[in-house]
Amino acid sequence: MAEYLTLFIGAVVVNNFVLTKFLGLCIFFGISKNLSASVGMGMAVTSVMTMSSILAWIMYFFVLQPLGLTFLTTIVFVVLTASFVQLLELIIKKQAPALYNMWGIYLLLIATNCIVLAVPLLNVENSYSLMKSIVFAIGSGLGFALAIILMASLREKLVYADVPKPLQGIGIAFILAGMLSLAFLGFSGML
Amino acid sequence: MKELWNIFSKGLVAENPIFILALSLCPALAVTTTVVNGLTMGLTVTFVITTNNVVVSIVRRWVNPKVRVPVYITSIATIVTVAQLVLQAYFPVLYKALGIYLALVVVFAIILARAEVFASKNGVVKSFCDGFGMGCGFTLAMLLISVIRELIGAGTILGMPVLGESYNPMLMMVLPPGAFILIGYLVAAFKTWNSNQEKKAQLAELKAKKEAEA
Repeated sequence: MAEYLTLFIGAVVVNNFVLTKFLGLCIFFGISKNLSASVGMGMAVTSVMTMSSILAWIMYFFVLQPLGLTFLTTIVFVVLTASFVQLLELIIKKQAPALYNMWGIYLLLIATNCIVLAVPLLNVENSYSLMKSIVFAIGSGLGFALAIILMASLREKLVYADVPKPLQGIGIAFILAGMLSLAFLGFSGML
Repeated sequence: MKELWNIFSKGLVAENPIFILALSLCPALAVTTTVVNGLTMGLTVTFVITTNNVVVSIVRRWVNPKVRVPVYITSIATIVTVAQLVLQAYFPVLYKALGIYLALVVVFAIILARAEVFASKNGVVKSFCDGFGMGCGFTLAMLLISVIRELIGAGTILGMPVLGESYNPMLMMVLPPGAFILIGYLVAAFKTWNSNQEKKAQLAELKAKKEAEA
């Protein structure tokens, strides 16, 4: 049990995917202008990542490894996650239109995104068990959600700030992320 | 010839993938802790983006527009796998240093974007120039970031001490926060430079107009 807890906390704060591993930056900077969109994105990423990790784990340990095809991992995982996200989008659109209106558009954005691909790859690279993979995926997703929600709250305050002209927009966002990352560095001694 | 040069050179500064288009930032921050890593990543991306542009422009006539994105992704993933295997076989140390980010080249927005925006509409030679130019722009940006980070963060360039014994390395620059803050200022610098160029161009235009009137 303690093992799972360490893995979980490690993924959420200590090795936060956005702020210490630089993954998912495109959506991180693109979406964090708006707080409610950030909450939706965090939810979408967490759920997609968990489900695609399970699929990728099954694919790797039951198909690729027994057949000696592990050199195809990259290709298979990309196609798997991208097509899975598209399928999920179709199902949600048909079955739960309300949910689709809430975060359907984010699904398309994460179809080919580094953070969704990185978690399955890291899972098989560290040869985690299925249970561990799931815990790691949920932790990473929540870590992403935490980072993007913190960032969105900060950027909403930024509207009232007097930012120098060249830094306006993406420049100041990077510096803010740097400050956040500095704060998260404080967790690094925890584990 | 001039046209090809224009296609090539726009990737270097005017449409630099990192500073102007702000695409594919993950690797720019993650692997630029040392110059060697930054350069390897830059060259790998140049190889992938150029090869993929050529492949896409060759097959563009036969690909149904409805399935074009999956076709492009499969092509990119294949080329990346080739690059991965080559690095693993001949440069195992670099392969280890780049780690997961090498596999993630597959989902760099810039590669898919060039295939979609340029290679799917243009011939092989033009697409080659576009891909090569974008790749060189990317490599230049990686070099710039990694030189600054290695110099300030460790006092070395390519592992060789440059700043001497008395220099006390600023560790923050090789840690994640330093990367974010540095990129923020570099983006601001590029923006200022670009807007200055635009102002100059506008002034020159006005001058030419006045002279014509006179």
